[in-house]
Amino acid sequence: MLILTCPCCGVTGEETEFHAGGEAHLKRFGPGSTDDDFESYLFMRENPKGVHFERWRHVYGCGKWFHAARCTMTLEVFGTYPAQTLAPPQELCDAISAKRPGWSWRAFS
Amino acid sequence: MSNAVTALNGAEARDGIATITEVALQGMITLRGDLASKPVAKAVKAAAGVAVPKPGTAAVVGDSGVCWMSPDELLILCPYDTVAETVAQMNDTLAGVHALVADVSDARASFRVAGPAAREVMAKLAPVDLHPDAFAPGMFRRTRMAQVPAAFWMPDTDSFQIVCFRSQAQYMFDLLKVAAQKGSGVSVFQ
Repeated sequence: MLILTCPCCGVTGEETEFHAGGEAHLKRFGPGSTDDDFESYLFMRENPKGVHFERWRHVYGCGKWFHAARCTMTLEVFGTYPAQTLAPPQELCDAISAKRPGWSWRAFS
Repeated sequence: MSNAVTALNGAEARDGIATITEVALQGMITLRGDLASKPVAKAVKAAAGVAVPKPGTAAVVGDSGVCWMSPDELLILCPYDTVAETVAQMNDTLAGVHALVADVSDARASFRVAGPAAREVMAKLAPVDLHPDAFAPGMFRRTRMAQVPAAFWMPDTDSFQIVCFRSQAQYMFDLLKVAAQKGSGVSVFQ
C-alpha cells in the first residue's frame, strides 16, 4: 500500500484516501495536431518497472491534485510535489538518483 | 418555514463501548476564497469570532467555530438559526472579492462519538493515525470513514464530532453503531 503525503494540505494518508489520476506530465495534443502526436497523447503511456511519475488526487481530503514519484516495483513513494509544474523538482530527482542510480523516465533522469 | 429536522431525528446508540448521538441541527457555511487575503480573514472573524485556522486545525467552541477544509476552503460553524444572517453578513464583507459563501447546513449530518473508547471506534473506520500523540483536540481531519467521505475533530479528549453528507447519515450511524458494539473493544490506545 502506498503512503502519500499531499503537498497541498500536508496530510499523510494511505492510498485509499487518494485517487490515482494516471501518468504525470502529459502534453496535450488536441484538434489540429498531427495524427502521430494525437495518438501518442491519447494512447502511449509509460509502463515502467521502477521509477514512475503519476498524478494523484486527495479525493477524500482537500480535493486537490498533485504529482507523485514512486517505484512501481517496491511501492516506495519518493516524494510528492504540486500539480502546477511541468517537471519534477530537482531535489526530488536527486533523491531518486540516490536510491535508483541511473533511472530515467521519459525526458527526465 | 417548514420545521427543519436532522436526518435521523436525533438518533442515539448508547449500549456500546462508546455512545453515538446525532448532533442537533448545526449551521454550516462553506467559504471558498484566498484564505490569506484580508477581506476573508475579516469575514471569518466577524462570522465566527476567531482567526483563520492553520491547515489541519479547527477552532470550535460549542456550536460555532471555523474548520480548515482545504487550501482555499473553510467550514464556518454557527448556531442553526443564525445561518441566513451570517451568510448575508459575510457576503457584505466579501462584496467585490473573489470568494464564495454557501449555506450547507441542510446538506450535512453531524454525529458525536463519546466515551473512553471513542478513539478506538474512530480508528476502526478511518485510515488515520488516531494515537493520542498524533491526533488531539484542536486538530481537524477530512478523510474516509468506511466508504464515505467525512470530516471530524475532537471537542474534548474523549469525544469526536463527525460531519458527513446528509444522504449518508443512516450509513454513517449504522457504521458507528457497529464499530461501537458491546464487547468490540481491543484497547489499542491504552
